[in-house]
Formats: sequence, C-alpha cells, structure tokens
Amino acid sequence: MDQAPSPSQTAGPYFHLACTNPRSVRCVAGPNAKGERVRLICRVLDGDGVPVNDSMIEIWQANAEGKYHNPDDPQEKAVDPDCPGYGRLATDENGNCVFETIKPGRVPGNDGTLQAPHMNISVFGRGILKRLATRIYFAGDPATHEDPVLALVPKQRRDTLMAQPDPRQSGDWRFDIHLCGEHETVFFDV
Amino acid sequence: MRPMIKVIPYRRHDENGQPTSLYPAYGATVRRAPRKPLVVLPQSLSEITGPVYGHDDIAEADSDLTRQHAGEPLGERIIVRGRVLDDSGRPVPHTLLEIWQANAAGRYRHKQDDHGAPLDPNFSGSGRTLTDANGCYQFVTIKPGAYPWDNHENAWRPAHIHFSLFGRAFATRLITQMYFPGDPLLPYDPIFQSIPDEQARQRLISRFDLEITQPEWALGFRFDIVLRGREATPFEA
Repeated sequence: MDQAPSPSQTAGPYFHLACTNPRSVRCVAGPNAKGERVRLICRVLDGDGVPVNDSMIEIWQANAEGKYHNPDDPQEKAVDPDCPGYGRLATDENGNCVFETIKPGRVPGNDGTLQAPHMNISVFGRGILKRLATRIYFAGDPATHEDPVLALVPKQRRDTLMAQPDPRQSGDWRFDIHLCGEHETVFFDV
Repeated sequence: MRPMIKVIPYRRHDENGQPTSLYPAYGATVRRAPRKPLVVLPQSLSEITGPVYGHDDIAEADSDLTRQHAGEPLGERIIVRGRVLDDSGRPVPHTLLEIWQANAAGRYRHKQDDHGAPLDPNFSGSGRTLTDANGCYQFVTIKPGAYPWDNHENAWRPAHIHFSLFGRAFATRLITQMYFPGDPLLPYDPIFQSIPDEQARQRLISRFDLEITQPEWALGFRFDIVLRGREATPFEA
C-alpha cells in the first residue's frame, strides 16, 4: 500500500449543480425490469427530527435474481438490462425523495451465507463530512432472520434498517433515515 | 447448495486520514452526525460492486466549463489535471468525475445561494468527465472565488472545487473538495480542518504546475485523487 485514500469532504448544499438536477436517477429499475415493483419513499431527518432538505440519497441494488449489474459480480446469473440498480436523488423541502425500483433478490454473503433482499444506501449533504452508508431491508421478509449483516446489528436497532410497507398503497415502502438522535439509523463502516 | 463466493475486499485505512462525522466547529454536523459507533460490515458482493454510471452521455463541453455558454466566463482561467489512483498507485480507468463550484466572484448558480456577489451568465459551475485508460483526467474552468457562509462570525470558505467519484465499487465512492495552494483561509476553515491528519489535509490542496500551465492562456494545477484499493490476492502478494 503506497498511500491512503483522499480524505472525504462534505458535498455541501449545492451538489444539485452536478449530481442531481438534471442528473437525478429516479428509476433504479425500469418498468420492464423483472421483479416485484417497489416505490421507495425515503425521508432524511436530523437529530431534532427536522426534515433535511439538502441531502442526496444514492441506491445500489441487485436485480430480482440477486445479481449486480457490474463486472465484479462473478455469479453465473443474467443481468437484467432494465435494472441498472443505481439511483440518486436530492431530498425535497420535506426531506423526501421517491425512487422507482423492484425488490432485489437475495445476494450471496460470505462463507456460504445468503443475504436477505436489501439495498445499499449512501447519504451525502451539508453537514455530512463523509458518506454515511446504510442498508434498506424489507420488514416482514422472513429472510431477514438469517441475514449475516443484520446479525451483526444489536437486536434493538435492527428496525432502523427496515423499510415499512405503506398500508394505504400496495407497492409503496417507506424508509426514514435518522442521522442522529433517539432513533438514529444504523450506519456501517464498509 | 449455496454458492461460495470469494470476495477480495477493499482495504480499510487509518481513520485519522478522514474527517470525523461530528466536528462541532462545523456547526451543521451537530444535528447531522451519527453518535453511535458504526457497525463494521464485512464486505460482500454488495460492497465490492458498484454502479457503472455516466459513461454514455458526456459531451466535450462537459469538461470545459469555460465553453458551456455563448461567451466566456469572467475570472482566472485554469486547467485542473490529475490522475485517479488506488491506494497501491494503480490507475482507476474509465471512472466518472463530477465537479461543481462557485464562479469567480464566489457565487453558485443555485437558488439557495444568497451571497451578494454577481452571477455570471456565462458560467454554470458544473462539469463531468471520465478518466482515460491511465486514470488521467482534465478540466478547464475558472478559479472559484472565496465566499462567506454563516457557520460562525466572519466565516469564509476558501476557494474550492467539489469532486464526486465512483471508482469500481460501492466501497470506493468518494465526494471531496480540491483546494488551492497558499490559500490564507485554509487554517480558518472548519471543513478543511475536520481532517485530523495534517498530511492528509495537504493531499486535498492542488499544486501549481508550470508544465500544465499554457502560455498566454491558463494557469495549471495538478490534483491527484486516491481511492481505496483491493487487498492483494494471494497471486499478487
């Protein structure tokens, strides 16, 4: 190893200029992608519960078969051209952003384990000096009980990683990210 | 039978080279920085893969911020050139860089920026490019101005350009800022000072480079960026 990685710095409040409008990616999986449709409503809140209107959320996920659209995934499964698996959006004045996607399949973990369906999330923005990494799982999915990453998370905090289905609209899932405070979301050192 | 996937992870590094999430001198971190310890995640396919994004629709003017409008922007024309490398010094080829910055007067073309400095009709302040096969990139732009912000009494951000990079994997994603050599505001800037290690801070300061400088046209600055690299495989060791 010759040198350490460059230090991270905050994206600040003006990242929209290059990263979102007009470079937003709302559609993580197109309408023709295989899999169960998901409309994912994310909300970012600060330590006082106040919506964060100047953050950016990125999603990275596998397709319905649990295969990533990336050459470093060696699994002998087909990629789905309609599921690039990447999205990024800025949060609005209410701290919200809405992605169109599908529920990903199960991706192998290490040592022969199988991970529960999940999305890999990055949060950037003003007041965030380095990328916050978290995961979104699907509440009620029985596979969450044998997920090797959730097993590393203290039981009482696992709920912070669960998107909840919206009972009013089938296919809508809600996920709140609490940057700090009483309900602080679990963030990972990846 | 479940498949056995052998993952070669990306290296972890001394945390002194990175800012702490909570740095109270940068006031916005107080309500936005996690307080609980991060959960260390053994990397899986989810972390060693990442989006292959932004390769399709890059125009020539995207990397020359002085040619995106009918006229030329005001300010000191500069060339920013460098390489994107991994922590073993290997180039990171064909990866997207996105930049954004204030204009020469220190004003962003953004509805939230209410600094009383003029906008420049010939400057949008955003650019994008891909590294070549050797990890090299270049932007032509104008030197951004310093600007005041409301973090503390008489707070001014040093001149800087925001950089966003993907690398190959979720694990390598990086957003950072490039600064300019000799900027008198750097010692007073809590965002820059949030990086504990002095040497690490220095790596965000570009270097003036006479070889990049074009006679009668533009000053040249060199700015190399290092992303995390993968641990050596047994074959490479």
